[in-house]
Amino acid sequence: MRITFVKKLIELAEIDPNIYLLVGDYGFSVVEPFKEKFESRFINVGISEQNMIGVAAGLALAGKKVFVYSIVPFVTMRCFEQIRIDLCYQNLPVRIIGVAAGFAFGPAASTHHSIEDIALMSSLPNMTVVSPANCFDLESLVPQVNNLHGPIYFRLGRGGPGMTYPLPQNIEFAKPAEILKSDKILFLVTGEIFSVAFEVVKNLRDIGIDCGLVNVHTLKPLNLNFVFSKIDSLQAIFTIEEHGSVGGLGQQVASYLCQNINKKIIFKSFHVPDRYFHEIGSRDYLLNKSGLNIENICATVERILTKKDFMVGQFEHSRL
Amino acid sequence: MTKLNLAEKNQFLCKKAKEVRLAILDMVTNAKSSHIGSAFSIVDILTIIYNEFLNLDLIKNKSKNRDYFILSKGHAVAALYATLASVGIINSDLLSTFYQDGCVLAGHPTKDCVIGVEASTGSLGHGLSMAVGIALACKQDGLLNKIYVLLGDGECQEGSVWEAVMLATRLQLNNLIIIIDSNKLQGFDRTDELLTSNFKNMFEGFGCHCFNVDGHDFIELRTAIEFCGQTHGPDVIIANTIKGKGVSFMQDKLEWHYKSLNPDQYILAKNEILK
Repeated sequence: MRITFVKKLIELAEIDPNIYLLVGDYGFSVVEPFKEKFESRFINVGISEQNMIGVAAGLALAGKKVFVYSIVPFVTMRCFEQIRIDLCYQNLPVRIIGVAAGFAFGPAASTHHSIEDIALMSSLPNMTVVSPANCFDLESLVPQVNNLHGPIYFRLGRGGPGMTYPLPQNIEFAKPAEILKSDKILFLVTGEIFSVAFEVVKNLRDIGIDCGLVNVHTLKPLNLNFVFSKIDSLQAIFTIEEHGSVGGLGQQVASYLCQNINKKIIFKSFHVPDRYFHEIGSRDYLLNKSGLNIENICATVERILTKKDFMVGQFEHSRL
Repeated sequence: MTKLNLAEKNQFLCKKAKEVRLAILDMVTNAKSSHIGSAFSIVDILTIIYNEFLNLDLIKNKSKNRDYFILSKGHAVAALYATLASVGIINSDLLSTFYQDGCVLAGHPTKDCVIGVEASTGSLGHGLSMAVGIALACKQDGLLNKIYVLLGDGECQEGSVWEAVMLATRLQLNNLIIIIDSNKLQGFDRTDELLTSNFKNMFEGFGCHCFNVDGHDFIELRTAIEFCGQTHGPDVIIANTIKGKGVSFMQDKLEWHYKSLNPDQYILAKNEILK
């Protein structure tokens, strides 16, 4: 996805001479094509994320459109106050490109993981949050949001293009994409863990459970109006995210359902547990430890739907 | 330039500075707000910059090639508002609305609240980075304007300031003028009790060209500002000032970072400024 981002950025920068790319001493073997083509518009500010956001704000104050690029925790958390005030309070056109969301850095351990960034960025007024599942999403969304006013946060995976859609899709900004349709049971997913969610839905369909898959590629603004079109038949909503329990897709969807849906619906959020991992391992290893794998999600959903085993205290119903 | 002309210039600036101090006194007392000491220490710096160095017409028209002034020590904003009024960029009637319900003049600068407020500051350590970004954009666009940014001395304890200094010297931003209001006091202590290093050595160590001036002496300030831009940049003017300058019972007193004046103190202060 990083390569796709740089490719799209170059396309934009060829047309718009005001586009700048700032990196925080990061981007080896990724950003070089931009640097070679637009040397004066590329700045490695060094290992100084707070300054990077401030400089981006200053460039934007002087009429530039700025992209900043680094690893998710560094580019969202180290400089959170600068994002809050310099970008969001001033509502400036700066795009924050965070790579390696969730456990993408695997064995590098928790300093390089991010299970809080959706919550942090979504909490900021004026911020737009985009969480593509794959390169196709990114290719579609980058031009669509190019002229959006204010700051935007792109939450990307690390390497790899992400899972390709089996069929062509129409990806529209702020409109969740129904990849596999169902009017009864919906899985809402965001980000690269889409590939896990896809297999979950396929497996459940194979055993006769009528369920669908919705790619929530835009987290803020979070548009869940499509739920209303299925309200008469809707029985359950499950969310899947490579993010913690607080402030992510699950909690935001749950809040929406509570406030807007006057019907009993089964709900469960699948997310990273509220702890930092001291176990060391690959992304897949850590996802397994989090229960974010196909087998666990399928088994849990089956139990919930058949009411065989369901913990009291979990947020399993949504009703007014 | 004859000595007489210079004397007239300085006399004019003294008059304008008095006007600004009186306006700040009224604003802060009416609002019962804090930070009058911090505002008073930068009055002379702002007075000379706005009356002799900034192109006010370009600022009023928000022209792309205008000079920029960023008040990074945003809590001293009363001085900025009063100065903008004294040079006719904003209407002086606005000053009485400072801090009031529904007003546009907040206790820290809010971008574009009025013409002349270029950035939202108030959390220390942000303004210099933004000024670096503006200076970079202007330099690359071939503009000949100048970007001024005013920081507090305590503010220089924020690491982000030095991140910005490092980048500014690497990019050789000779259109950037960094002014430090070195009034030796901050929120809870004297500055030299918390930061024991020498400012001039620090900035020069990072590659800046530094001036050390009396921040209340228009001749020294003018000489320093006129020289700026002639080195690879950026230039740093360490302006040695007095917190609460202009009112004897406020001068160099930490509590005037926080207090506003009671009626008796207001009269005493006003009479002193008017002398």
